[in-house]
Amino acid sequence: MPEIKVTPLGAGQDVGRSCILVSIAGKNVMLDCGMHMGYNDDRRFPDFSYITQNGRLTDFLDCVIISHFHLDHCGALPYFSEMVGYDGPIYMTHPTKAICPILLEDYRKITVDKKGETNFFTSQMIKDCMKKVVAVHLHQTVQVDEELEIKAYYAGHVLGAAMFQIKVGCESVVYTGDYNMTPDRHLGAAWIDKCRPDLLITESTYATTIRDSKRCRERDFLKKVHETVERGGKVLIPVFALGRAQELCILLETFWERMNLKAPIYFSTGLTEKANHYYKLFITWTNQKIRKTFVQRNMFEFKHIKAFDRAFADNPGPMVVFATPGMLHAGQSLQIFRKWAGNEKNMVIMPGYCVQGTVGHKILSGQRKLEMEGRQILEVKMQVEYMSFSAHADAKGIMQLIRQAEPRNVLLVHGEAKKMEFLKQKIEQEFHVNCYMPANGETTTIFTNPSIPVDISLGLLKRETAIDAKKPKLMHGTLIMKDNSFRLVSPEQALKELGLAEHQLRFTCRVHIQDPRKEHETVLRVYNHLKGVLKDYSVQHLPDGSITVESILIQATAHLEDQGTKVLLVSWTYQDEELGSYLTSLLKKGLPQSTS
Amino acid sequence: MLDCGLDMTSTLNFLPLPLVQSPRLSKLPGLVLKDGSTFLDKELKECSGHVFVDSVPEFCLPETELLDLSTVDVILISNYHCMMALPYITEYTGFTGTVYATEPTVQIGRLLMEELVNSIERVPKAQSASMWKNKEVQRLLPAPLKDAVEVSMWRKCYTMPEVNAALSKIQLVGYSQKIELFGAVQVTPLSSGYALGSSNWIIQSHYEKVSYVSGSSLLTTHPQPMDQASLKNSDVLILTGLTQIPTANPDGMVGEFCSNLAMTVRNGGNVLVPCYPSGVIYDLLECLYQYIDSAGLSNVPFYFISPVANSSLEFSQIFAEWLCHNKQTKVYLPEPPFPHAELIQTNKLKHYPSIHGDFSNDFKQPCVIFTGHPSLRFGDVVHFMELWGKSSLNTVIFTEPDFSYLDALAPYQPLAMKCVYCPIDTRLNFIQVSKLLKEVQPLHVVCPEQYTQPPPSQSHRTDLMIDCQPPPMSYRRAEVLTLPYKRRYEKIEIMPELADSLVPLEIKPGISLATVSAMLHTKDNKHVLQLPPKPPQPPTSKKRKRVSDDVPECKPLKPLLSGSIPVDQFVQTLEKHGFSDVKVEDTAKGHIVLLQEAETLIQIEEDSTHIICDNDEPLRVPEGRKVKFCCSDAV
Repeated sequence: MPEIKVTPLGAGQDVGRSCILVSIAGKNVMLDCGMHMGYNDDRRFPDFSYITQNGRLTDFLDCVIISHFHLDHCGALPYFSEMVGYDGPIYMTHPTKAICPILLEDYRKITVDKKGETNFFTSQMIKDCMKKVVAVHLHQTVQVDEELEIKAYYAGHVLGAAMFQIKVGCESVVYTGDYNMTPDRHLGAAWIDKCRPDLLITESTYATTIRDSKRCRERDFLKKVHETVERGGKVLIPVFALGRAQELCILLETFWERMNLKAPIYFSTGLTEKANHYYKLFITWTNQKIRKTFVQRNMFEFKHIKAFDRAFADNPGPMVVFATPGMLHAGQSLQIFRKWAGNEKNMVIMPGYCVQGTVGHKILSGQRKLEMEGRQILEVKMQVEYMSFSAHADAKGIMQLIRQAEPRNVLLVHGEAKKMEFLKQKIEQEFHVNCYMPANGETTTIFTNPSIPVDISLGLLKRETAIDAKKPKLMHGTLIMKDNSFRLVSPEQALKELGLAEHQLRFTCRVHIQDPRKEHETVLRVYNHLKGVLKDYSVQHLPDGSITVESILIQATAHLEDQGTKVLLVSWTYQDEELGSYLTSLLKKGLPQSTS
Repeated sequence: MLDCGLDMTSTLNFLPLPLVQSPRLSKLPGLVLKDGSTFLDKELKECSGHVFVDSVPEFCLPETELLDLSTVDVILISNYHCMMALPYITEYTGFTGTVYATEPTVQIGRLLMEELVNSIERVPKAQSASMWKNKEVQRLLPAPLKDAVEVSMWRKCYTMPEVNAALSKIQLVGYSQKIELFGAVQVTPLSSGYALGSSNWIIQSHYEKVSYVSGSSLLTTHPQPMDQASLKNSDVLILTGLTQIPTANPDGMVGEFCSNLAMTVRNGGNVLVPCYPSGVIYDLLECLYQYIDSAGLSNVPFYFISPVANSSLEFSQIFAEWLCHNKQTKVYLPEPPFPHAELIQTNKLKHYPSIHGDFSNDFKQPCVIFTGHPSLRFGDVVHFMELWGKSSLNTVIFTEPDFSYLDALAPYQPLAMKCVYCPIDTRLNFIQVSKLLKEVQPLHVVCPEQYTQPPPSQSHRTDLMIDCQPPPMSYRRAEVLTLPYKRRYEKIEIMPELADSLVPLEIKPGISLATVSAMLHTKDNKHVLQLPPKPPQPPTSKKRKRVSDDVPECKPLKPLLSGSIPVDQFVQTLEKHGFSDVKVEDTAKGHIVLLQEAETLIQIEEDSTHIICDNDEPLRVPEGRKVKFCCSDAV
């Protein structure tokens, strides 16, 4: 039986280094190629030796698909393609293709230049890797080869994020990547049509969370920032350069304008300006409102938000700083955090999910004494706030997407095992589909049962649908199988095509009836009787004295010896077998007593 | 419905709409007919031997009488020039279907419509001439008015609310997106290489493929290159929107454009470029960007005046995905794909919504002005024609090919200004067409009649027509053409359970047959075959009737039989089943098998078998089956 096999190399019951292998109808596709922020050793990348121990990966994979530019979805790509070795096509959307190399370069710099690691991919490798990338449009059907096609859908999560449908023949898989089912201040909501895939592979970061309305969270966020600034405190918002940062900037910008606030807002340098530029050039990927008004006022040109300089961190007085990276695991955000952590007037707002092992994760789980490099202990007195602004679908959103796509099976990745378990039950209960949640390296096999496409001759089809196309009806045809083609034609046409003559098989039965009347009267009685019983059939009395029921012929003759007995000859072809034998047995029971 | 274009050449018959009162135009004499009658002198004016209608310009609509537009399900738009009649169709004809177009097509199409509406509405004209349209009157008029077709169908421009309503009916699509229409056909837009978001369309079922090639270009300009490969294997290829100027080479024209522009400016004159607010103007600005410094034009101001100038320049920068490869890579840097961003930044190019307001303060001469409309009948261009027409220092350069420049200039004659004609039409010429057709090899080509003969003005140029085998089928306005195609097959799906139950029989080497009796379900034009429902189990209660008492409900059809019966084998089989008194008689055509005990006679011939049974009905049935087994095949 045809099957689809799925093996997560990363993001199986975990968040980080997303990498999922899918085998469908003989094609192997790798979904995402991410890094893990919680690790600094080998575990930071997926274990590609699972695919092959030796030899190039190109021979084993038909294509690689990257859902969006976040490093936990694309961070291992140069390592995978240039260091392990893959030369096949890599698909991503245009914005992802534009932004991905910048984040990779940033990641490389932090790892190699700051941490001094060797044996890491180089800038040249990032460039070479990006040359293998094929950019796709939304909804474009990309033919990877003759059989394998992929199609991108809008996912909303970050600029250029996409869900992908992978299809071979009539079997298909949808991979969501990360997505968001509610539009935010700069992006629209994820959308997919009722494509009924055999399998939906969905992220489940917020498998158990149902978030309150976005408005409330925004108000809450603004209130907290405002209060801290009013009492002269500093607000640190660790973000990733692209994505949430722009949404929160738009939020603060409009708030500052409305409230006429004077405290400075900074955005840590480097990517900022460039990042906003990408948003301007890819404005067609943002939400409707921004797209509509961009000619008059481009939302990504900020008046109140200025570039940050390292020296500003020591300035007295209130300020708001957006700094990268978002999980406080390295770089500028961590530096500023160390400076400001000791003052209870200050506040750090974590606007997104933090991977285990990062400073962000530690302070969110309540740790207030942190061991830093060189055994230094950092005491955290500043207020720590968590606000879920990360643009993942919550439990409600995940259910909504399943309802939209109507998959036959669901597979959860990119989440924590415990939470997945809960969601899995919920999905199985509500949709009555199987739900899987394999761990890394574990293979899930799904049996598909595809129907078989066949060519039907228009003549046969029209014959069957001519009367009432909507009502299901029984049809008869002959399937001709030749080379790999399947054609369904009428039996007559099949005989003709193959040069075969029909062999007619006919049955004739004699039925004796006691009836002293004249022959033609007997025939009339038989006719009336049959007409009364067989209301849905065409019963005809022909001028030559015979009766037809559909194509069955009934003739009456007098018995040679016994005038009181009439012999009915019932004759039919093999094709009318049922009706013929029914008629014979019916007539054998004799005619009803005449009422006239 | 393929495209929804507006014929704007009708406006050439009208007087220009000046933005400020023009003494020259208002003094034009009224028309006096040959018989001396003057009843039309309010409606028709004469200028340098030509007659013009003094009224709000009107447009010639697509044919709407020929068919009931409420029966049109879908309109496919190939580029922004081919959707200008959309509001007339969607708002006034009973059309309730969907329009499909790409996002750039819709956005830029909206800008073109907005400019059109704006330039006509801002110059309200009290007079609306209609008397001349009377058939009896029109007959008396001089050419070309006398020969204008369907003047009664000409319409005034639509309004913005109508534009918005029309555009709201458009469904956005992307290149290579497969769109299912009612389960019956699939349509797919492909890049046509002509303009931002311009598309060719593939309309296909599982077995038939029709390509609609309209307004395509093989030249490298700003849009994504034309997708030729996907047009292969077409049964029918409908070809239209070829270049209007097959003899002009666009590259050469751009060169001439630049040199004429430079020469005029160097001599202290102004240059006027009547143009659409999007399209070739992007390429011209890009050429000038490279050219102005080397030509010493750095200090000459370039003005782009249109109510949608700003929007057009802004929109051009955000459609990276629809641009050629070079421009796409720029966005990855990230830099704006078009260099006009830099021209604007460095103040070399300035754009204004109209000549009023800021422009009048900034206006410096000599200068170069890009403005619409290319027909010279409305828009800001009218003002500059009046302003600069009297000086031979100035030049008007025609780049848009849609209007005859001589006709466009007619109401401005006599004119001292220099006129240069550099039509830039990047669409396919006939050499490219024959190359394309060789490449994609459609079974049949369908095209407008004028492509099948040389242009009337150059009847010796047999190279200026489509040349392909078999010869193209041509059509004329309002002509119905039947495509030479007969549909034979459709797709149907056999459900796995049914497929499992089929018993294939190899009839000839490599050819197997299986009899299929199944339930046919048809929904949204998709057909599925399922196992027939099992006959309901007879109730096991005491009231159980004999099965044969029930009238058979549906007629489960038996397969057709084929082959012949080997008599010896048949007799053996019968004996094996307990018939001990089998007698065989030879006849002229075959055999007769007698089963006396069973009172049964079986006639066997080459292609028929007849079983005649006297009395014993129950015996007949197993026998029938026997016969079937002995027959070589059931079809």
